Amino acid sequence: MRVWSAGVDSVVRRARSARELRGGGADLLTPALLLALPLGLFVLMIVGPILRSLWISLYDWDGTGSATWVGLGNYRELFGDAQFYVSLKNNAIWLVLFLLAPVLGLALAIYLNQKLPEMRLVKALFFMPLVLAPVIVGVVFTWFYDPTFGILAIVFRAIGFAPPAILSNETFVTFGIIVAALWAQVAFCLVLFLAGLSQLDGEMIAAARLDGADGVPLFRYIVLPQLRPVVYTATILTVIMSLRNFDMISVMTQGGPYGSSTVLAYQMFDATIFSYRAGYGAAIATVLFALMSVYIALFLRNSLRQEARER
Amino acid sequence: MYPTPIQFAPAPAQAAYRAGLYVALVVWMAPLFAILMTTVRSQTDLLAGNYWGLPTVFSLGANVREVFASSPMGLFFVNSLIVTCCTVAGVLILSTMAAVALAKYRFPGRTFLFAMFIAGNFVPYQILMIPVRDLVLRMGAYDTVWALILFHTAFQTGFATLFMRNFIVGLPDELFEAARLEGASELQILTKIVVPLVRPALAGLSVLLFTFVWNDYFWALVLVQSDAAKPLTLGLAGLKGEWLTAWNLISTGAVLAALPPVALFFLMQKHFVAGLTVGAVKG
Repeated sequence: MRVWSAGVDSVVRRARSARELRGGGADLLTPALLLALPLGLFVLMIVGPILRSLWISLYDWDGTGSATWVGLGNYRELFGDAQFYVSLKNNAIWLVLFLLAPVLGLALAIYLNQKLPEMRLVKALFFMPLVLAPVIVGVVFTWFYDPTFGILAIVFRAIGFAPPAILSNETFVTFGIIVAALWAQVAFCLVLFLAGLSQLDGEMIAAARLDGADGVPLFRYIVLPQLRPVVYTATILTVIMSLRNFDMISVMTQGGPYGSSTVLAYQMFDATIFSYRAGYGAAIATVLFALMSVYIALFLRNSLRQEARER
Repeated sequence: MYPTPIQFAPAPAQAAYRAGLYVALVVWMAPLFAILMTTVRSQTDLLAGNYWGLPTVFSLGANVREVFASSPMGLFFVNSLIVTCCTVAGVLILSTMAAVALAKYRFPGRTFLFAMFIAGNFVPYQILMIPVRDLVLRMGAYDTVWALILFHTAFQTGFATLFMRNFIVGLPDELFEAARLEGASELQILTKIVVPLVRPALAGLSVLLFTFVWNDYFWALVLVQSDAAKPLTLGLAGLKGEWLTAWNLISTGAVLAALPPVALFFLMQKHFVAGLTVGAVKG
């Protein structure tokens, strides 16, 4: 990236003096032209639809025919819907268990942050779940859990227990899916923390070691504070991803058995596509959107602050 | 360096570290390993309960042939390729334009637009689903690859703009001033100066975008119905229902679908990792 450094220097010096002469005449036309197409598309496909969804949630609509205004009727119905509370509870379980990802990711990153000849390959293998489609991970784990054919069943039989049917058990099903999803999420956090570890202030750590710090105090008081921005980002992104999960539920259980593994994202899809209730679906989406907005706002605030600090 | 390099530890500790490393790796890769083992087995072996022993016949070739012969996997593959490549190309162009505007020109509302592109990245798909589906239906693009290309291009432009802006903001302002002084038009600045300088960033971004779009399932489910437009992820989910317990075929299909992003990842690991950490790990 430093290709411009040498030859450009003289031109840069001339330009600098020229700019001082010219004074800052703001050019508005160029950015407007540059932004027209990307921004137009973004407004058409992202911003517009968000606003329209909020609006649709106030109607009773099957998705194709004519819509009837019901005001907050969909929300009133939603808050009395037992399935909504199942989804909400599952969302909470997803969120809490997903918080294991930053913890495990950090532990794994510390373990893997060594220089060995084979480390590049080892790390690549640990990153692998990250590039696999959630659908594929879902398929792999469905097979993993299969009570007749799966590896888990083989392990259980080997130690003399009856194999559990995890994905058709109302109590275990959500946990089964979360384990599969965590696999990729831990890999994501691992990538972030490995990058964080590589940017630690080596001199500070060496000085602390000279002063006799090691083990937990070294980690707690010297290393962790330096990793704080990464911990923050990894945690917030993990929370956001925990609320977005749809693919694995769709592929592994379709929300079953008896709707016991749905989350808001899946319930919304189910209501809209299978029950032809677009208005009701939009209301569920709005609730999910409201919940996630909190975390999106936290992430945004962090990004913009970082931005301001660098200016 | 943290933690202390293992090379400073006594030999037995080093050996223990390595052993632990490989045990962790085997546990981590167990699901993948299992699925790879299944791709070389025949249906007969699986029915006989031979999951871990040597396969009686090495059936990888037969399984691959069977997958392509008994399902439209070939077609799905082509669809995925078209959707992914068109999207990546479109996003690279649009996001570079938007990123230059946000990084190098001052205008009112700049920070707001930047924030909007970041936030757009994280919204739940469900809040977009009904209106986007409706829009695509009314445009007559429903159930075509164009529906997917259009949506993915719009959605990924948010992330890509954030990504490219972080690179372009680092280019010295003097470069732009100098070019203007030499009489270059704004378009020439973009194509002759910015693009060549951010080529490494564009490479990293392409890998990430390829993975995101290739692995999408939700939008395929919402915007596409027939085999003629289905990408691999959606096709594979359907075949899982059709093949039921033919796990050798399902595994082979899954491995084939995973191959392009995995191959790309191994070829461009450094770019991929650098891309993912943009914005997350700074100062």
